[in-house]
Amino acid sequence: MATDDYRHAAPSLTDPELRVRALQSLLTEKGLVDPAALDAIIDVFETRVGPHNGARVVARAWSDAAFRQRLLRDATAAIAELGFEGSQGEHMTVVENTPEVHNMVVCTLCSCYPWPTLGLPPVWYKSPSYRSRAVADPRGVLAEFGVRLPEEVEVRVWDSSAEMRYLVLPRRPPGTEGMSEEALAALVTRDAMIGVAPARTPDAE
Amino acid sequence: MNGVHDLGGMHGFPDLGYEPDEPTFHHEWERRCFALNFAADSLGRWNLDMWRHAVERMDPVEYLTTSYYEHWLHAMETLLVEHGLLSPEELHARLAGDRAPATPSPGQPAALSAAQVEAALSHGEPAARDVERPVRFRPGDRVHTANLHPEGHTRLPRYARAKQGIVRDDRGVHLFPDRRAAGEHDAAERLYNVEFSARELWGNAAPPRDTVRLDLWESYLESA
Repeated sequence: MATDDYRHAAPSLTDPELRVRALQSLLTEKGLVDPAALDAIIDVFETRVGPHNGARVVARAWSDAAFRQRLLRDATAAIAELGFEGSQGEHMTVVENTPEVHNMVVCTLCSCYPWPTLGLPPVWYKSPSYRSRAVADPRGVLAEFGVRLPEEVEVRVWDSSAEMRYLVLPRRPPGTEGMSEEALAALVTRDAMIGVAPARTPDAE
Repeated sequence: MNGVHDLGGMHGFPDLGYEPDEPTFHHEWERRCFALNFAADSLGRWNLDMWRHAVERMDPVEYLTTSYYEHWLHAMETLLVEHGLLSPEELHARLAGDRAPATPSPGQPAALSAAQVEAALSHGEPAARDVERPVRFRPGDRVHTANLHPEGHTRLPRYARAKQGIVRDDRGVHLFPDRRAAGEHDAAERLYNVEFSARELWGNAAPPRDTVRLDLWESYLESA
């Protein structure tokens, strides 16, 4: 088959930089790729999407009970109220941490992750280590992040096997009464929205 | 397929490799590779499930010993060649330093323009389908996952096959990856969120109250 021949006969494939340059030049010359589009794509993912978006969603849910209800009922629509939507966020579900349930999110089969609210996933989330351990030993992974939960708490791991994308609504930390949404958002970390860490407390800053 | 990508429950990978404040991309080539993949996907010659399956079809040793964006590079090269947009000879020649310019082919798809990027990213690719399908399972129903071992693409991980679970939610009808990866771009089935106890999946040493939730298509499930 054509691809097998290509793999066996190609020059050393150990340098991804050479392969990417070769592909970009070929595809541009063939008119299949417009380099200006590549720049536009990179700009979105390096500056516009990121955990700062998800942090705003969480801060609003903590501050506004009606928003929190809408978020838990139809996360995609509620998140879109803040202008976050689209690629890899088409079908959102927000899962709320409570005294009884602690949620954690993984994609064991690849790296599915809610891009509009969290940006692109960190290397550790995509690693064989996290992907293999999160479903089978979530408490062991949580312990590495300094989180220990009593056995009475249900640790609920969401494996992103379809196009549903999950965002954890962490518990609002104590000592945050009366804080503005902006100040609350600063306490919400990416790791808290994946479900491996709690949100920060104000005195931790 | 029962590939090495199906990592849930494997032992032997202890080190998370957590890097505080890591950048979105670690190298310029990763940045380019990410953007090229998006642009190549937008040519419309393959779907997302075919793309994921192309990653899964990597040699297993290469899969485990290459970095994440090298998987993306492999998938893109594979699909461009398999769908006739690039030939292995052109790619060889360019890698070997041949600078003769390539030219467009008749009937090829148009490139995604910069002006189209915003709309494409905002719209995304919704997987839900507004079609009538009977509802086979309801929340609270006990189900048993099938003992499927397809050689092609599936989103039923090995750790969750032939296991008992409880349906917790009906997600509606969604595009179905197992058939889409084989080229049936519009194949769709009802999708359910199913809960499995940790003990059902991992044995009685697992904590008693912990659970795993998976989104599973109807053909993965039987009544228990």
